[in-house]
Amino acid sequence: MAETHSLQDLRQAAVASKVFVQRDYSSGTICKFQTKFPAELESRIDKQQFEETVQTLNNLYAEAEKLGGRSYLEGCLACLTAYTIFLCMETHYEKVLKKIAKYIQEQNEKIYAPLGLLLTDPIERGLRVVEIIIFEDRSIGSR
Amino acid sequence: MKNCEYQQIDPRALRTSTTRTSTNKNVRVRRKWEVLPGKNRFYCDGRIMLARQCGVLPLTIGLIFITSGLFFTFDCPFLVHHLTVFIPVIGGVLFVFVVITLFQTSFIDPGILPRALPDEAADIEKQIDNSGSSTYRPPPRTKEILINDQVVKLKYCFTCKMFRPPRTSHCSLCDNCVDRFDHHCPWVGNCVGKRNYRFFYAFIVSLSFLTSFIFGCVITHLTLRSQSVNGIIQAIKESPASVVELVICFFSIWSILGLSGFHTYLVASNLTTNEDIKGSWSSKRGEESGNPYTYNNILTNCCVVLCGPMPPSLIDRRGFLPPDDAPQIVTSDTELPHFMAKNDTNMCTQGTKELLESMAHSTVIQSTCAPCTPKTTPVPQESLLSTVSITVSPSSKSPSTGCSGRQARRPIDVPCSQRGNKQAALHTHKPMLRVSSPPYSLGHSPIILSDTPDMVFIPLN
Repeated sequence: MAETHSLQDLRQAAVASKVFVQRDYSSGTICKFQTKFPAELESRIDKQQFEETVQTLNNLYAEAEKLGGRSYLEGCLACLTAYTIFLCMETHYEKVLKKIAKYIQEQNEKIYAPLGLLLTDPIERGLRVVEIIIFEDRSIGSR
Repeated sequence: MKNCEYQQIDPRALRTSTTRTSTNKNVRVRRKWEVLPGKNRFYCDGRIMLARQCGVLPLTIGLIFITSGLFFTFDCPFLVHHLTVFIPVIGGVLFVFVVITLFQTSFIDPGILPRALPDEAADIEKQIDNSGSSTYRPPPRTKEILINDQVVKLKYCFTCKMFRPPRTSHCSLCDNCVDRFDHHCPWVGNCVGKRNYRFFYAFIVSLSFLTSFIFGCVITHLTLRSQSVNGIIQAIKESPASVVELVICFFSIWSILGLSGFHTYLVASNLTTNEDIKGSWSSKRGEESGNPYTYNNILTNCCVVLCGPMPPSLIDRRGFLPPDDAPQIVTSDTELPHFMAKNDTNMCTQGTKELLESMAHSTVIQSTCAPCTPKTTPVPQESLLSTVSITVSPSSKSPSTGCSGRQARRPIDVPCSQRGNKQAALHTHKPMLRVSSPPYSLGHSPIILSDTPDMVFIPLN
């Protein structure tokens, strides 16, 4: 019973520390986060699980920024309409950002919250870091 | 579970939600743009944003509208009668395109990076190897990374408290870090960065088409008219507006065509004006340092820069601030207060913002440095521009719009090469000005201590 806690429980808990996963610029300016496993999370979560989450996030951002027929078509169409089309249409990037938000929420609910962790959507931090909030163990265990 | 709860986790807000609603009756829920740091101005409840110094944007708009207005009023009737009705149609389409792209360049977020939150900044500070916390001159902080096997140096931004991503630069006029920073353009009154570069390029290309079109049409008009009235002088007397248009177009064409050509080169090689001026990727240092961002194919570079996916705005201007929550810019010494509701921190931020604004106003008056745009057109054209602007601006409507005339003139007078040096100088000065107080240990004072010296020292550069 003490193992399962939901996100509501986390909100009552105290923040122990925060871990920031920085950007990985080795492939250029595309949005990609480092998959290196932070030392502070060693006792909390499985390394594979964490790397899988970050890798999926990287793949989603790569999909958003993908250069291909679709993005060029969108760009050309926008240019022809003097870019007014952006006022009415949601861009491909925005659609993928919604997907990412859903994915993060899902990950938090299923995997991270039960372990006393919380992922923050990188868009909240200007796509600079993935912020992982580590909650104190004591208050969670007492639920 | 609602999505919005997810974004701002506020443990106390949930517990005290019932009590909050009763006390919040007369507290207006504020939007995030109201507490955004930096020197931008927001209109229409955060939908439109401009740099604090709008530069010569009113002049740009005035010139375009006046020239086009004169063209449609005085030249088009004659040309429609003698040539074809398509002339005003083409002119109209070009004019609409120019105006729309100009407004989009000026009024949207150029790619501003939000400043680092206190926790994030503290984490970065921990990672930087700092020998003594009480040194007055911390060394300039840089981090070297490899991009496509090329060494790139990332600089630490003392204002935004983060390592700037590659191709990002801090604009001192707007006091923001802008992603893929090209330059700060006073003609459009905004920075040109990742999000609005395509609009800026479309603006200058369509403006060069419009200027050339009007120039050609006016020449045709005067030629045809002089044939019918036997003399160019008579033709000019009959249509004096055409001469005004000729003069404006003649002087603008050189610089605008030059600028379009220059930016076409930049687009084709996936460079920014900032990088080109600083010579970041030139081989003058003797080593092989090519641009790591280029795709080595002109067409691919053009497609990527102009037709790539439109990145989202990272500053969320119109999002609502959680009522009673501390605005994120305010620093706090522990992590818990970041989540806690404090009315006084809100007021402090407001007070700090007002203080910064009043200092900005006073230093702008004292400042003699011109916020020049690195337009990088050759110098003779620059002097032509300055001649035009000095003669035109006294009669412009700039005093009535709130941007002072001296600001309108200022950007033109200083040669462009100063800009890159000035920015470098500003940032090397910054370490000297960081007073020794350890970051974030004193509630709000780090903001004042760290930001005020920038504003005081800018004039001395």
